[in-house]
Amino acid sequence: MSDASPKKKRPLWYNLSPLNLPLPGLVSILHRISGALLFVFLLWLLYLLDASLASAERFEALKRVVAQPIAKVVLLALLWAYLHHYCAGIRFLLLDIDVGGDLATARATSIVVIALSLVLTAVIGWQLLW
Amino acid sequence: MVTRVVVGAHYGLRDWLVQRVSAVVLAVYPVVFLITFAAARPADYASWKALFSQGWMRIATLLFFVSLLLHAWVGMRDIIMDYIKSAALRLALEVLVILVLVACAGWAFEILWRR
Repeated sequence: MSDASPKKKRPLWYNLSPLNLPLPGLVSILHRISGALLFVFLLWLLYLLDASLASAERFEALKRVVAQPIAKVVLLALLWAYLHHYCAGIRFLLLDIDVGGDLATARATSIVVIALSLVLTAVIGWQLLW
Repeated sequence: MVTRVVVGAHYGLRDWLVQRVSAVVLAVYPVVFLITFAAARPADYASWKALFSQGWMRIATLLFFVSLLLHAWVGMRDIIMDYIKSAALRLALEVLVILVLVACAGWAFEILWRR
């Protein structure tokens, strides 16, 4: 009988766009993106630290470099990357020790991580760069 | 007949643990730094330099950079393993990451201890 044949295989289609991820998934992919971003700019950040501690002249020159609009935008992006990675990292450490693993809490802490890192970026960025 | 149980080299667990332990160091350091920074309030080169000239601050910052090296290695390796399918390119990128990270740690050491 044709009715007894196995179920017809239907193609699976997953929408993997980050904006369609559940919130914990969004925090996870942003953790990865921010981590990679920090690695890519690590040499530059170390160069800034080097210059700031090298001599009084290079310290003053560094102030002028950091005052450039492009440098400010890059530093702001890196500040966000750092703060997001930090907040999300603490959330992941807590998940590792079984804190906040249930769905409702995990969603709530995801929102906290995303919002808090954005707010801190705005506040600290404003204080340091403008 | 030898019965083999395939259990792997266990480096997965070790790296997982390295990533978490280094994460704790990386999470604590900025708190220590901010407290020290707020107490000293360095406004010019001399006071900024003095902040990093204290012995314990040098050690703490070195621990930060060593943890960063270990942490970034595990993270970048995970990313490379996930997205780079070509074994040759994967190896090349992994070697590049290791060289950059070791160089950074050496540079950080030099920055902290010069003069």
